[in-house]
Amino acid sequence: MWMYVLKRLAQGVITVWFIATATFFAMHSVPGDPLLNERAMSESIRANLEARYGLDQPLMTQYVIYLGNLSRGDFGISFTQENRQVNDIIREHFPISAILGVLAVVFAAAGGVLWGALTALYRNRLPDYIIMFLVILGISVPSFVIAALSQLALVNLNTLLGSTVLPVAGWGTVRHMLVPSLVLGLGTMAYLTRLMRSSMLEIISSDYIRTAKAKGVPPARIFTRHQLRNAILPVITVLGPSIAAITTGGFVVELVFAIPGLGRFFVQAVQQLDYTVIMGTTVFYGAFLVFMVIVVDVLYGFIDPRVRLE
Amino acid sequence: MDKPGDGNSSVFTEQEFTHSAGRQLALFACYALLAIAVLLYLLSLAARSTGSNGVASGAIDIVNNSISITLQDEPPQLDASRASDAVSGTVLFHVMEGLLSYGPSGELVPGVAQRWELRADGATFWLRENARWSDGEPVTAHDFVFSWRRAVDPATASDYSFILYSVKNAELVNSGELPLSYLGVNARDDYTLEVEFERPTPFFDKLVAFATYYPMREDFLNSTNGRYGADADMMLYNGPYMITSWVHNASMRWEKNPFYWNENRGFLDAINVDYMTSDVNAKLNLFKDRQIADTTLSAPMLPSAMEQRWHIDRFMEGTVFFLELNHRAERLTGNYHFRKALQLAQDPAELVYRALKEASYLPAPSLFPEFIRGVDDLFRKEYPPEPHRMDVAAAREHLEMARQELGLQEFPPLVLLTGDSPISMVAAEYYQALYRKNLGLEIRIDAQIFKQRLAKMDVGDFDIVLAGWGPDYDDALTFGDLFTSWNLNNHGRYNNPQMDELVRTAQESLDPRIRMEAFAGIQQMVKDDVVIIPMYERGYAFVADPRLKGFERRSIGTEMDYSYAYIDVPDE
Repeated sequence: MWMYVLKRLAQGVITVWFIATATFFAMHSVPGDPLLNERAMSESIRANLEARYGLDQPLMTQYVIYLGNLSRGDFGISFTQENRQVNDIIREHFPISAILGVLAVVFAAAGGVLWGALTALYRNRLPDYIIMFLVILGISVPSFVIAALSQLALVNLNTLLGSTVLPVAGWGTVRHMLVPSLVLGLGTMAYLTRLMRSSMLEIISSDYIRTAKAKGVPPARIFTRHQLRNAILPVITVLGPSIAAITTGGFVVELVFAIPGLGRFFVQAVQQLDYTVIMGTTVFYGAFLVFMVIVVDVLYGFIDPRVRLE
Repeated sequence: MDKPGDGNSSVFTEQEFTHSAGRQLALFACYALLAIAVLLYLLSLAARSTGSNGVASGAIDIVNNSISITLQDEPPQLDASRASDAVSGTVLFHVMEGLLSYGPSGELVPGVAQRWELRADGATFWLRENARWSDGEPVTAHDFVFSWRRAVDPATASDYSFILYSVKNAELVNSGELPLSYLGVNARDDYTLEVEFERPTPFFDKLVAFATYYPMREDFLNSTNGRYGADADMMLYNGPYMITSWVHNASMRWEKNPFYWNENRGFLDAINVDYMTSDVNAKLNLFKDRQIADTTLSAPMLPSAMEQRWHIDRFMEGTVFFLELNHRAERLTGNYHFRKALQLAQDPAELVYRALKEASYLPAPSLFPEFIRGVDDLFRKEYPPEPHRMDVAAAREHLEMARQELGLQEFPPLVLLTGDSPISMVAAEYYQALYRKNLGLEIRIDAQIFKQRLAKMDVGDFDIVLAGWGPDYDDALTFGDLFTSWNLNNHGRYNNPQMDELVRTAQESLDPRIRMEAFAGIQQMVKDDVVIIPMYERGYAFVADPRLKGFERRSIGTEMDYSYAYIDVPDE
């Protein structure tokens, strides 16, 4: 068990190193650089800036310096927010994205499992049809539309009630978190509902359920022990990656609801070719994703005794 | 055979199973809700230690004499010597002041300097003695000398250091060839600043209102350990407001600077930047929810805004957009007749009103936007540009002449470089369709993200590029010198000694009339020689809370000016 975890962690480190290297060279091969500005600059101004950021060194030297800094956990200084360490940016803004993401995942997981089980239970009956219709909507309508619509709904709600019950945008209290996290989790919730439903249906018609029924196991027990518990496995498998996807994919929701999360740095850095922030966020998110996958694999062993961790 | 009763071992029907399982599911749902409630509580505790807006105070707070506003983005750089973007410019405008400043209607007014004198070889500024830093110390001429030297110090690596190049030796100091002390600026005493010019600069009074020219105090800068401008307490202010709190990417609070000298500026006790977002829909919703005092309206929002009887205003943001043509000899656009054909076959009014459908934009008649001042009045009134007439037949004649001159059977496709914003894509597609229809030319659209577009512009990898230019200072020269042979922003490498000559005159003459004549000459030459093809001047519609008065948006200095704003309390 512990050997397995260690082995996976070592593999993870190599994966992160690979991500860092690939991103580094891909980023530098893109035409343009972070110093370009709408105002063209003279040779001497440019030379001053290059010296300041170490861009006057050969690329391999920059890479070696970068890896050295990375191994010490130092991502450098942002090009666009010139007084801020990338470490500070991640430290200040990732917790916000994480809180939003965790909440969204909890909504998605709880909702997905419950709705999925419900639709399977009432398959081909009215609740099934209604929920599955909503699921299709949830999967196909992009989050920026849902975000904008729900924000508009909030404005109308507040106007109707005459005071700001739920804030339209911003961050800081539970009231700020509720709607954005629901919106953020909605797509995943819809996806998980469908996954849960199909996995439930597969199990319902399996032999051991019939055996359990024949043995006279009480319905509630069959449902929770034999059906839910087995059906939930595929959901857990995708949960790890989707935590990372939700946490990193919050850009649109963060933008619409003016939430100071890390998402906008992740996206804007690429547009601005902000080298240090691109590297910082990519490596950080990459490591995060790798870690989540490992956690899920380990978790698997606890939930499903058939899986042996070796 | 079914034998009912005996709960534990009975065989059950499908329906019983569903009921029982459904009950179980409902129970789980309750657990889940409970768990989520607990989680929400815990997370809200955690969120308190992260960047929070706290409790918003609402758009207009009459009791505390404060307002709430939004910023487009986190200000990237509040070190005035190094700032180069509009958001930082807006913040700095409210918390700092240069030798000169801008008045309520955008005119230049005395700032830290009480009076000044411009000569051919230099300038003298006499500073007011009651100008103070936010810690109560006086603002002196030494603070300007220190700040300007620092701005051209190679170690500072300011990308706007060029704006100081009018000052003697600035360029040589900036490239590290001369020590800082050779910069042509000196403090004769605490309140007299002497400037020597590199070359005559009759518009120097307009330059010193720019952020790079703001003062900075040496002892304070040294005390910040290289973190100047990084946080609210890492700055010293001499403007009407000072930043008292700054949660990165989330919020800011500007409070009235008690030491600011001008009683006719800074009427609000506090300005809360409660949100930092560039999303116009989010801003509109915040405005409707009475959380912010003003917002920009995009074209699709206008009808419903009018229905609500809001007082909608428009301002021209100052940027002119144009088709920049590549004048390098190997390009088709290097040929005069070819350019003339492109010019005659299009109409900016059609682009703005039929294609872009942006009610707040104006078709651009020339390189110089509306707000540029002439001798006594607006430049456009004194020297109206020749009106443009679309003439497809003449355009085709010019195209034929170009074909003969270039000795071509058929024109190869043109590369139209553009950004990836929706507006520029619409404009690019408009020109693509237009030139195919009117001239039979094929246009290949090359849409690039910001930095890559800039990189391609710099090396001249285009035939035509959708470009724009915004003003740095309140003088026609900020546009007028764009197409000189030495200007690095002349991406198409237009090279014409006559143009250079006109710009030299406009740069150096001390007589405003001669200067304006030169600008009129530049305006005519840009059109006659088709240096560029002007498209539109960008404007925005906006709406402000009716209780907020004196709030202006302008083309120059700062986009949003709250420094003269006050709350008009309606009669009880």
